[in-house]
Amino acid sequence: MSPARGTSLTIETPEGVEFSYDLASPATRALAWIVDAAAIVGLSKGAGKACEWLAKLNPDWGTAIAVILYFAISVGYGIVLEWRWHGQTLGKRVVGLRVVDAQGLRLQLSQVILRNLLRLVDILPAVYLVGGLACFFSRNCQRLGDLAAGTIVARLRTPEAPDLEQVAPAKYNSLLAYPHLAARLRSLASAEAVAIAVRAVSRRDGYDPLARIELFGELAEYFQGLVQFPEAAREGLTDEQYVRSVLRVIYGGGRR
Amino acid sequence: MIIDLPRFVAAERAYWDELHAVLAKMETEPERRLPLAEIERLHYLYERCSSDLSRLDTFATEPRLRAFLESLVSRAYSEIHETRAPMKIRWKSAVLAFPRAFRRHPGAFQLAVGVTLLGCAFGWFALRVDPRNKAILLPFSQLLVPPSERVAQEESGKDDRLKGIKASFAAQLMTHNTQVTVMAMALGVTFGAGTLILLFYNGVILGAVATDYIAGGQGVFLAGWLLPHGSIEIPAILLGGQAGFILAGAMIGWGDRTPRARRLRAVSADLVAIVAGAAVLLIWAGIVESFVSQYHQPVIPYGLKIAFGLCELAALSFFLGWVGRE
Repeated sequence: MSPARGTSLTIETPEGVEFSYDLASPATRALAWIVDAAAIVGLSKGAGKACEWLAKLNPDWGTAIAVILYFAISVGYGIVLEWRWHGQTLGKRVVGLRVVDAQGLRLQLSQVILRNLLRLVDILPAVYLVGGLACFFSRNCQRLGDLAAGTIVARLRTPEAPDLEQVAPAKYNSLLAYPHLAARLRSLASAEAVAIAVRAVSRRDGYDPLARIELFGELAEYFQGLVQFPEAAREGLTDEQYVRSVLRVIYGGGRR
Repeated sequence: MIIDLPRFVAAERAYWDELHAVLAKMETEPERRLPLAEIERLHYLYERCSSDLSRLDTFATEPRLRAFLESLVSRAYSEIHETRAPMKIRWKSAVLAFPRAFRRHPGAFQLAVGVTLLGCAFGWFALRVDPRNKAILLPFSQLLVPPSERVAQEESGKDDRLKGIKASFAAQLMTHNTQVTVMAMALGVTFGAGTLILLFYNGVILGAVATDYIAGGQGVFLAGWLLPHGSIEIPAILLGGQAGFILAGAMIGWGDRTPRARRLRAVSADLVAIVAGAAVLLIWAGIVESFVSQYHQPVIPYGLKIAFGLCELAALSFFLGWVGRE
């Protein structure tokens, strides 16, 4: 039985540090392929037009060059772009994907060529049915070409540091009057809950008023369940203010 | 443990930016060799960022900072831990890589030849049992004509039937045969079953045609027709089959306990070298088939065509067997 399909591939370095790639889903890969197919058709049509002009001089050589150019474009498009653009084609750039080595190493030219040549099998019998099924059943969403070449297709992440001032501006924070509880809160809060709180604070003005009260109420309840601050620290704080104070505790800074 | 994230970011940001700049330079100039001092600095920055990333694990942070550091660490990791030499396109080494890759896997080539010969034997047998099988086995209309009739037509033809389409015919042959060869390799991913079927089918057609012409007393015509291009084209497709069986061997891994990913990684450069070499051979074969093979006696004497084909075969055998030996 095939292993369950994951959404990320984690690699542990010899130094014991882990990093992960978000795997592209078959749907996003299909979107990228549609853009690439359109680019290939466009390039082939352009080459065809140029050859029509050449065919006026010599019809035989015009047709011969058109046949060879069409073949070279359809086979070479993925190879040339993925090699020159470090694992990206036009479609992958538009959708935000990149081909990377499945062991986190540098992508090699032989891997790029192999995964693109194996498209001939992945595309069978039509519209990437074989490749799509392989992708669906493989643990790392790899089509046969990826399996043979040892590559995966990952979603690109935006490498930016967080803007803390946006979510929790530095100001007086009553929770910081209890440093032992603040330290406990930092160690207990889960990354997922903090991420949800950050998103909730960032988008708070876009919520329906009732939904906003309910969401911050639930978040405040979660954080209060982790660490009970004394009543004096919470006095006068709405649930939303409490969540923002919690974020400030977690990210550090603020005044007592 | 990180207590104050903004202070942590402010203290480490300079190192992250420096690592980002070093990696960007390495990625845009992959040929550049770093001096020792820069390598040491890269390693220091990588370890520092790795340490920052592991410190973040003890801290419930929002995912963007972690993603930012993971991106830096993964890029640096791939540069530092990559042990394979980057595959560079240098003509001399690219040309030598082909025969060397061919010689590294003699068993796969022998298997490709064996399967094709088995197909030939089947084609011969099917035609001997019932000549009416010709219509089923041979998919090309010009091959369904009785051999003696076709030879008479070809030898009496005063007009050049390929006049004005020789180049486009050659282009079609090149692209079609290259597709077949790449397919023979790519089907290796089906644990070799697809490669086996494709080579066997090719062998059946070859065997049936040869049986038909030899039985019809047209062996010399057959040799003069097929040898000029076939002495290159048939080995090229066999090379595609060899690549397919190499791929299948890595997929299956008989008696090999190394993980499949590592086995595949070990053969990928050889697969590319063999298929690329076969594709170049097929360009030549396409030109010869269009400009030489289709012209028969009295335009080109059969003896000359056969000698030309045998010379090509000898040259190819020498190239694959001896060139680039270390």
